Amino acid sequence: MTDRAHPTRLPPLAITAGAAVTLAAVVIATAFGAVGISPGQAVAVLVDALPGIELQHDASPTVAAIITEVRLPRVLLAAAVGAVLATAGGAYQATFHNPLADPYLLGVASGAGLGVTFAISDTGSSLGATGPVITAAAFAGALVAVALAYSLGRAAGGRSGASLILAGVAVAALFAALQTLLLQRDDEAIRDVYAWLLGRFNTASWDELALLAPFAAVTLSVLVGSSRRLDVLALGDDEAQSLGVHPARLRLLVVVTATLATAAAVAVSGLIAFVGIVVPHAIRLRTGPSYRRILPLCVFGGATFLCLADLGARTLLAPAEIPIGVLTAIVGAPFFLLLLRTSRVAMS
Amino acid sequence: MTARHRPAVYAAGLTVRAGKTVLLGPTDFIAGTGDWINVIGPNGAGKSTLLRAIAGLTSHTGRLDVHGVCLATLDLRARSRLIGFVAQHPAMPAGMTVAQYVLLGRAPHIGPFGSESAHDLERLDGALDQLALASLAERRVDTLSGGERQRVSLARALAQEPAVLLLDEPTAALDVGHQQDVLELIDDLRRRLGLTVVSTMHDLTLAAQYGDHLVLLADGRIVAEGPPIQVLTGPQIQRYYGAHVDVIDHRGHPVVVPVRTPHTDPPERPGHLEPEGDRRATT
Repeated sequence: MTDRAHPTRLPPLAITAGAAVTLAAVVIATAFGAVGISPGQAVAVLVDALPGIELQHDASPTVAAIITEVRLPRVLLAAAVGAVLATAGGAYQATFHNPLADPYLLGVASGAGLGVTFAISDTGSSLGATGPVITAAAFAGALVAVALAYSLGRAAGGRSGASLILAGVAVAALFAALQTLLLQRDDEAIRDVYAWLLGRFNTASWDELALLAPFAAVTLSVLVGSSRRLDVLALGDDEAQSLGVHPARLRLLVVVTATLATAAAVAVSGLIAFVGIVVPHAIRLRTGPSYRRILPLCVFGGATFLCLADLGARTLLAPAEIPIGVLTAIVGAPFFLLLLRTSRVAMS
Repeated sequence: MTARHRPAVYAAGLTVRAGKTVLLGPTDFIAGTGDWINVIGPNGAGKSTLLRAIAGLTSHTGRLDVHGVCLATLDLRARSRLIGFVAQHPAMPAGMTVAQYVLLGRAPHIGPFGSESAHDLERLDGALDQLALASLAERRVDTLSGGERQRVSLARALAQEPAVLLLDEPTAALDVGHQQDVLELIDDLRRRLGLTVVSTMHDLTLAAQYGDHLVLLADGRIVAEGPPIQVLTGPQIQRYYGAHVDVIDHRGHPVVVPVRTPHTDPPERPGHLEPEGDRRATT
């Protein structure tokens, strides 16, 4: 019997700590907001809402409803979207051996954009531009774009990721052009389309969360469960294959899973930049290159980051709200440059 | 034939094609259990292709058995439990520790979504001990020297517990002292663990000293095989490598010494050629 500690797996303490930090972020993000509700009141309402716990609080039913029907679903949706984007980003980086890979790499963003534009503009108005229709159009557009990029990339040959990435670039350009064409014919839709695409949690409700939750649960499990084999893939396709890991199959599994997750996230929240790059890299700096550490921590890190980013988006310019995608890019871009400066060695 | 004498690797009509071009074969190849076979041949002869075909890294036709099991009937993971492969320049992911790296060698023994058992961690310790790497377990693989990297990748292959170990140029990029260290280590492991080793080699003298049996490939075909003394003859090396060598017998092992043959018509230096000089002056 060996008493060696596992050299790669996350120690239970790290997982507990990650979960605790995420829970704290959720509580903080729910406790603070634009409406004048004291954080103490908000926490009391939250605790009272837990099943099996009765807690006396002096919050009015309206205040309680704001907490449980507006803020809490919004915060939890932000957490779920953050977890999905960060984990999918980390998984893409592993799959393509490319530190710049993000969940939108294979055209998810442009596909969702085209889908939304189609649903909102005159061209697709017969569908009725209601919330669920737009969400479905974004989801479908994202999947079509990635399926196209994947099949083109595979047809272009090579088991490596390079041809897939190039196909993703081509598909993104094509879909962006089609979107521009649609918008040019219907410039009234531009405002709505951009409002949608910039990332929004302000319309979040339990419905969106119910839509995303099953996708998030399944896909995060599959991605985290694949992390050991993603470490094997880091040795290169030949070595991975000689160790019994089929590179093309693993890549397909991860790309399909991460894409489903990302498409679902984009459909409920719009495009939120940089989470998928900044969070995995920030974690990598602390943990080293093993995805068995990076991906589970991406779940917690992404959830925490986007919860707090959304809190900032709601409160910094209150009563006005900053689009979440704009905020993450404004925070993310300089942070990312800083990371690059401090980690030049680790990246190479 | 008893199990012990059943060949570790048996290939018949092994052929590798790239489109319509035949890269290798059809080739018949046998490695006995516990043998060390060195595959030699000029650049582009198909040495790595043969190794990659046996490793299952390139698609091939023809029969390929390991210890009597037809590899075509095995899935990738079962195959990788029989055959270990060390590439010429194994990737060393930046920031990964030696222990993390060597543990990846257990991958063939773990289900797709599974995790390592206590037994897998014991095998990790065993592999680190066998290659005297225990003190380096926490070192980052990308900070290791060439010789240490070679030992670490061998440890990863040993953690795999294969019956056959395939090595692509195990001494590439090592100085002569480290070349000998690594080859002695491989020989020691092979004897202790009963491993069968098939290796491609550039250095003919080292190939002769460490291999029981040499296979000379040229143009995708085996043109000579047998004990080193029979394969490494001056005329053969001249013919297939286009090299001028002396082969010296050193205690039964051929030593291949490249020699510079004096030109029968030594070209004179341009300055000495009067007409050339004249022409250059006028143009």
